[in-house]
Amino acid sequence: MLRTSFQSQKEVLSIRNLNVRFHTYAGDVKALDGVTLSVRNGEILGLVGESGCGKSVTSLAIAGLLPQNAEVVSGEVVLGGTDLLKMKKTDMRLARLRDIAMVFQDPMTYLNPVLPVGLQITEILTDDPRLFVQALIDNRLGQLHQGSLGKVEEQERKRLESQLNEGRLSKQELNRLAKAYATSMLKLVRLPEPERVFKMYPFELSGGMRQRAMIAMALVRRPKLILADEISTALDVTVQAQILKLLTELKEKIDTSVILITHDLAVVAEVCDRVAVMYAGNIIEVAEVEELFRNPLHPYTKGLLGSIPNPDAAGQELKSIKGSVPDLIYPPNGCRFHPRCPEKFDNCSKQKPRLLEVNPGHFVSCFIFGG
Amino acid sequence: MTELKETEVPKQKSGSVADVKYAFHLLKENPLVIFGFIISVGSMLVAVFAGFIVDPNTWKHVDLSMRLCWNNPTFNWGIVNVFNCAGPVYALGTDSYGRGVLEMIILGIPLDLQIALEVVASAVFVGVVFGGVAAYAGGVLEEIILRITDIFLAIPGILLAIVLLVILGRSFNILTLAVAITWWPTYLRLMRSQVLSEKEKPYVESLRAMGAGPSRILFRHVIPNSIYPIFVQATLDIGGVILTVSALTFLGFTPSPLIPELGNLANDGIRYLFTAPWLILFSGLTILIISLGFNLLGDGIRDVFDPRLRR
Repeated sequence: MLRTSFQSQKEVLSIRNLNVRFHTYAGDVKALDGVTLSVRNGEILGLVGESGCGKSVTSLAIAGLLPQNAEVVSGEVVLGGTDLLKMKKTDMRLARLRDIAMVFQDPMTYLNPVLPVGLQITEILTDDPRLFVQALIDNRLGQLHQGSLGKVEEQERKRLESQLNEGRLSKQELNRLAKAYATSMLKLVRLPEPERVFKMYPFELSGGMRQRAMIAMALVRRPKLILADEISTALDVTVQAQILKLLTELKEKIDTSVILITHDLAVVAEVCDRVAVMYAGNIIEVAEVEELFRNPLHPYTKGLLGSIPNPDAAGQELKSIKGSVPDLIYPPNGCRFHPRCPEKFDNCSKQKPRLLEVNPGHFVSCFIFGG
Repeated sequence: MTELKETEVPKQKSGSVADVKYAFHLLKENPLVIFGFIISVGSMLVAVFAGFIVDPNTWKHVDLSMRLCWNNPTFNWGIVNVFNCAGPVYALGTDSYGRGVLEMIILGIPLDLQIALEVVASAVFVGVVFGGVAAYAGGVLEEIILRITDIFLAIPGILLAIVLLVILGRSFNILTLAVAITWWPTYLRLMRSQVLSEKEKPYVESLRAMGAGPSRILFRHVIPNSIYPIFVQATLDIGGVILTVSALTFLGFTPSPLIPELGNLANDGIRYLFTAPWLILFSGLTILIISLGFNLLGDGIRDVFDPRLRR
């Protein structure tokens, strides 16, 4: 069921054999064990798995925001041709500023409570004024929306260019441009009366509005990659649907890729193009959404899909995967899922299965399929 | 795809004019804050116009025949004066040099207020900047800043100020400097503890994820979020500084014992506590009221300006 030939599509991000450990008093937590993943241009990749399987660690590793006690043992994270893990700290900061954006789970606490929303957005723009103005001149930002900056007039553009080159672009001018652009961004994420919302403090907005503001903040630089970490979890269901719809629409408009981290399979089915299933620090299955839901191969994926409550099966017992998530300080040998696997055999506890392409575009890491 | 419906905005006014209006509304709801506001603004007005209210050279006119007099006919309280006291009427009596207490207090307010504001402002500045940097940067830099603070904390404040005054000489500028040098460590520690807890908040992580640099995160986001306890501490300290300065002038670190400084006046009054109680009473009350006024204002400032308390 391939919609397009994936071989021809460009990869925005590719993670190869990423190993991350956390040094703790109790021992080393092997949080990521050889994660290999790629994100293609313009797709939404769902990253699913239960709590503690390494979804968030993966996204933090991409953004270079792992906590102090984390160590990247090996692997590479290549974004647009450069390995992010080998970057210097300051370059990594610039990469975050320009190419990677994160949207977090809880919009209540991820905005600065004492600064109006609008200022928090303009700040991102004016942090690197040259880049922002250059983007305006190139009309890279302009084509997004129909606001006052929708079409930067030829004259205006020439004036900006000369001012920029002569280094006499005034602060007021810059702030005016940033404000106009930020307001149009707020409009783009469908916040009503963006001029008013611009001046409002986070506590004056509802949860859904705050999440929209967070998305506006993420989009404002037109990043190559958006890491959306459980963005809909803290919202109620109707708002969830709006936010997810907004994300898919915007992704198409501004041509960016999204990694959507979630444990909600319904969300994945709704918005994602492809899905990667994680278990205990491993990627165990990657496939297109339809393929994964129709034809799950890995026993864990089967268990995961089987444990979704189904209204048609009302009255029957809800299935669950037996056992519990392994302690990652002492992970099981071989396949990390084997102690809970209903289909395990001898080899499973001895060797680690490889991630192999079983069907076109469908990767699975299990000995049943060759491993 | 169907068009999404816009969500409702809470009907509430925003913008700077509305902000100011709302601030006044909050002020109105809290009578104590109004009290504090009136006192602190009033004392500043007195300080600015002291020279117009009272001849600024009055303090130099010593008249020993008029010392320790209470000759206010309106509130006579049956006080029997030790000295002759035939002369002009003084509303709040005279001090041990025969000068009017009211006049001396009016001349003393600008001096004390200036010293207090200068000391507190410089202490807040040093404390906020270095405390913030220490907490946010961590590591070696934090250790260095904190150990230097420890050195200053280890020496008793008054003693350090005395040493500095002995070395540098007696003037109110040097007094201000000496008190300021002993004053900042409290603020540094307070700021550090605030920033330590503030920098772990999720929005800081979100800022980092958006590529904000450390100086921007610290000075534009973390410090504004953690500065409110500092404001309260600063307003509490206005009175404290006045008391410390008066202690130093009592010990003799004043260019002249005649100088109308509130602490100077109060210390003068201690000697005549039973013969001329008005002397210490009114100078002491002035110190009390000014510090109380700034305290109440400080509490109010936090309520008005901290957007988190506006729910």
